[in-house]
Amino acid sequence: MHFSVLVFPGTNCDHDCHFVLSKVFNQKVHYVWHQEKSLGVTDCVVVPGGFSYGDYLRSGAIARFSPIMDAVQNFAERGGLVLGICNGFQILLEAGLLPGAMLRNQGLRFICKDVFLRTENNQTLFTRSLSQGQILTIPIAHMDGNYFAEPDALEEMKSNSQVVFRYCDRDGSLSAEANPNGSIDSIAGIINKRGNVFSLMPHPERCCESSLGSTDGRFIFESIIQDF
Amino acid sequence: MKVKVQVTLKKSVLDPQGEVIRKGLHSLGFDEVEQVRMGKYFELDVRTERRQDLEIRISQMCEKLLSNPVIEDYALFFPEEEG
Repeated sequence: MHFSVLVFPGTNCDHDCHFVLSKVFNQKVHYVWHQEKSLGVTDCVVVPGGFSYGDYLRSGAIARFSPIMDAVQNFAERGGLVLGICNGFQILLEAGLLPGAMLRNQGLRFICKDVFLRTENNQTLFTRSLSQGQILTIPIAHMDGNYFAEPDALEEMKSNSQVVFRYCDRDGSLSAEANPNGSIDSIAGIINKRGNVFSLMPHPERCCESSLGSTDGRFIFESIIQDF
Repeated sequence: MKVKVQVTLKKSVLDPQGEVIRKGLHSLGFDEVEQVRMGKYFELDVRTERRQDLEIRISQMCEKLLSNPVIEDYALFFPEEEG
């Protein structure tokens, strides 16, 4: 499988994504600089984390106008797989490829720690190696991860099973304490209606080897690669 | 022509920064402050011949880039036209 990892000025998780996909999963991976107009040969675009354009104006607001984003839009419209992680999630929201927006964390602090996630939809191309309700331990590292959508938009997402991951406690229960950033409805990851554009705030690429404390991130990449 | 653009979170969106500022003001003794909403402010210097087009163009800028319509509202001010 061919993966494209986008690189914007200020992206800093591109090498982690490249390493995991090429070295842990033995897939073909290439970087795509944001000034490019073509993705090259690709089956899945990864929009990695970081601080594209220094988070100027709003996280992801400037990156969405980079030349490469037209190619990403076209790729997504043709049904291509797009995975957004952290700042990648913010960029895809700003680009309108996913519904909603990110606000500053409720506690106004940058949060970098492991969180528990509950699998809310394992019927996606990004989560099919998980069981429904499975609890994962994956780290977050963000300042603007407080997901927001208007009530109508949220209802529509829920009725289409577009909420893929929620923040939970060790036992899988939802609570304000287990919600690190104040996200509406404890939302940590969502997918578009068509099922080909998925994003999450936690960093699965940071936990794919046991030496890093958790291998739960593997489930996401295994789901994408499985049967391809 | 100079245009001032003010971007604030929608009323339906919680503003955690504004809330912290309100508490800060209270701790300084400004108990009369009931609400604080924090926002962004832009000053644009725009080349324009037609005044009516200007407002449309600036609104487009706000909707495409200066604000995120999902969470923010914007307001335009034209200081050169104020008395």
